Amino acid sequence: MTVVLLVCGVLLTLAAALVLVRLERGPTMLDRAIALDTFTAILIGAFVLVAVATRRTDVVPTLAVLALVGFVGSVTIARFAAVEPEGEGRILSREEVAELERDRLAMEDAELAASDEEHHGGPAQGEVLG
Amino acid sequence: MSTVLDVLAAAFLVAGSGLALAAGVGLLRFRDLLARSHAATKPQVLGVLLMLVGLGLWLRSGPVTWVLVLVGLFQMVTAPVAAHLVTRAGYRTGKVAPGSLVVDELTEDLRAAVHREDDERAG
Repeated sequence: MTVVLLVCGVLLTLAAALVLVRLERGPTMLDRAIALDTFTAILIGAFVLVAVATRRTDVVPTLAVLALVGFVGSVTIARFAAVEPEGEGRILSREEVAELERDRLAMEDAELAASDEEHHGGPAQGEVLG
Repeated sequence: MSTVLDVLAAAFLVAGSGLALAAGVGLLRFRDLLARSHAATKPQVLGVLLMLVGLGLWLRSGPVTWVLVLVGLFQMVTAPVAAHLVTRAGYRTGKVAPGSLVVDELTEDLRAAVHREDDERAG
């Protein structure tokens, strides 16, 4: 049985690696949702292997939970799917994130400089007295 | 007898893992969302079912078998629902190339629904 477990473990690990590659590449949110679904199924397979190896029966309810929870995730993603512009749906590299962050900070500074004094606690002007 | 069942369980486990690998390969190599969702639902569900059967044959205890049946039923109920919702959302947000479809009933249905609404408004 050890050989069988080893073979199954290798097959599942390979499958999980391939799914992870798809999860990283996307290119859309929905592709990732599908990949996550498949990953949950592979996780169920891994739990089955654990139950086989240890003959533990208390692992089995976990399988039921996993079968239900994976589905909720992809349904939620599908519900909020939106039109994604080309090239938007990939994971940004570290440099790109830094550049975006710099742009955002510069924009905030510009906004702050553009807004005039009176909106930030300056003296009241044009107030009718008496 | 128990040896036969053990060997059967092993065969089911290996077959299930193989199908999981097939799902992974399909998910990586297929070219668009619909093809990938095909890979992610059919071999994947059958793979999980085979592994559950293998576990049932290996443990051979009554209550556990029923929980495993329940897990299999959950898989068979949830996988089509999730795949349907995801692909429909993909279709409606323009992630499916219209030229790649052989049969396209949803576009006709949507168009028919729009026409019906217009007619109701006019009449």
